[in-house]
Order: sequence, then structure tokens, then C-alpha cells
Amino acid sequence: MTMRKTATAVCAALALAFHSSVQGIETGRSVPNCRLAPLGAEQEQELHQYLGKVLYVDFWASWCGPCAQSFPFMNDLAGDLQSGGLQILAVNLDENREDAQAFLAQRPANFTILADAGGKCAQDFGVQAMPSSYLVDRQGVVRHVHMGFRSGEAQEFRALVEELLATPSASP
Amino acid sequence: MNRIKPRWVALLLGAGFFLSACAPIAPWERGNLAKPHMALDPYPLQSAMRAHNYGAREAASGGTGSSGGGCGCY
Repeated sequence: MTMRKTATAVCAALALAFHSSVQGIETGRSVPNCRLAPLGAEQEQELHQYLGKVLYVDFWASWCGPCAQSFPFMNDLAGDLQSGGLQILAVNLDENREDAQAFLAQRPANFTILADAGGKCAQDFGVQAMPSSYLVDRQGVVRHVHMGFRSGEAQEFRALVEELLATPSASP
Repeated sequence: MNRIKPRWVALLLGAGFFLSACAPIAPWERGNLAKPHMALDPYPLQSAMRAHNYGAREAASGGTGSSGGGCGCY
């Protein structure tokens, strides 16, 4: 009896030791209201201030190759669909702000760049991969979670964005 | 049947505690791991060529790879 108890205790302790509590938000959940500051600025803003628009929240870092590939796609998306009510928020997760700025000097972005140096927002979202993109509808509900970036999927993802933009917002 | 000594239980629990130091790194914390000098193989192109030559001469290949640093991008 004692032996069984000890064995259970040991198993539980080992399970706890290896347990990872990171869980990503899924489609159908409301978007976390995390606080972010524009890159290089101090004053923070809330994510929920953008509600009412279709949000494309993208987590990126300068050291991430697929993120660099996704920038031209996001530039096109912003250029074509920003007037239609799309708001792209590219959340930078670099530990050094200079790295992000050097990256942006090489790859100019025509969408909003925010910084999350502490990774607090990434934790709230439960980012599972780099890059991760979250498509949020006008009511603030996450409609699509996209991990990674492959150029072959760009067309498909753009169609999803356009579909969300075509959906009228509920009466405020 | 011998009873498990409390000493061993304590040792196992302690081991579990220290093993948790191998905690997974969050995907966004891999900036330093992504640096080129964090790679296990400093010259991947050269190693690939050598492995290719070796494989051709020995008529056998594989079993030389191992995973190292990297950004772990999706």
C-alpha cells in the first residue's frame, strides 16, 4: 500500500516536472486585451481599441526567416485591404529593439508595428510557433489561427481575410 | 518484498525537480538559439559535401545527423 502511494507520488512529481502550461488560444475565443507599445515608443495601447476592424495580429521577430518572407505578403494585404477595414498589427518579439529596427530598415513595412519585448502578449495569446498570425473578426472573436508562413498558403489566407471583411459588423 | 526506502523517494523527487530545468523555451525566446554560432555544425555546406563523398566511397550513408540550435521556426 505504502509502495503504491509512493509510486503515485513519484509519478505525479515527474508529470508536474515536465508539464508545460502553455496553451494557445483557439478559434472562437475572444482576443486577449493585451497592452502593447509602438516600436520605439513608450505609451502603451490596448489591443481592444482596434475592435470594430478586422484584425490581423502577427507575431514576428527579426531572427525568424519565415517572418521575413511574410512581410511582402502583409505589405500587399495592407495596401489592398486597409481601406476596406483591415488592421494589421505586427507584434515584434525581439529582445533587442535594435535588431527589429535593423530588420525594418531592410524590409520597410506599411502596417502598424508594435513591440512586446517582455513576451507578455505572446503569453496571453499562447503563441505556439514563429511566425503566428491570428485573424480576428469585427466582434473581437478569433476566427483563424495560422502558424508559420509558406508562400503557397498566401492566396488561401488572403481569401480568408477577404471573407471576414465582407461579413458586415453586428449593429453596435 | 522490500519497502522502498524514503531516501530513494527523496532522490527521485529531487531528480524530477532538477530535470525540470530542461524546461521548454517559448517559441519567441529562440532569438539567441537562432544565431549562426549556436549551430552545432559551423560549416553545414562543407559537412554535407564531406558526407556525400564519404557515402559515395563507403557505399553507405546516413546516421551522421543531429539536431542543434536554430530558431525552430514553423
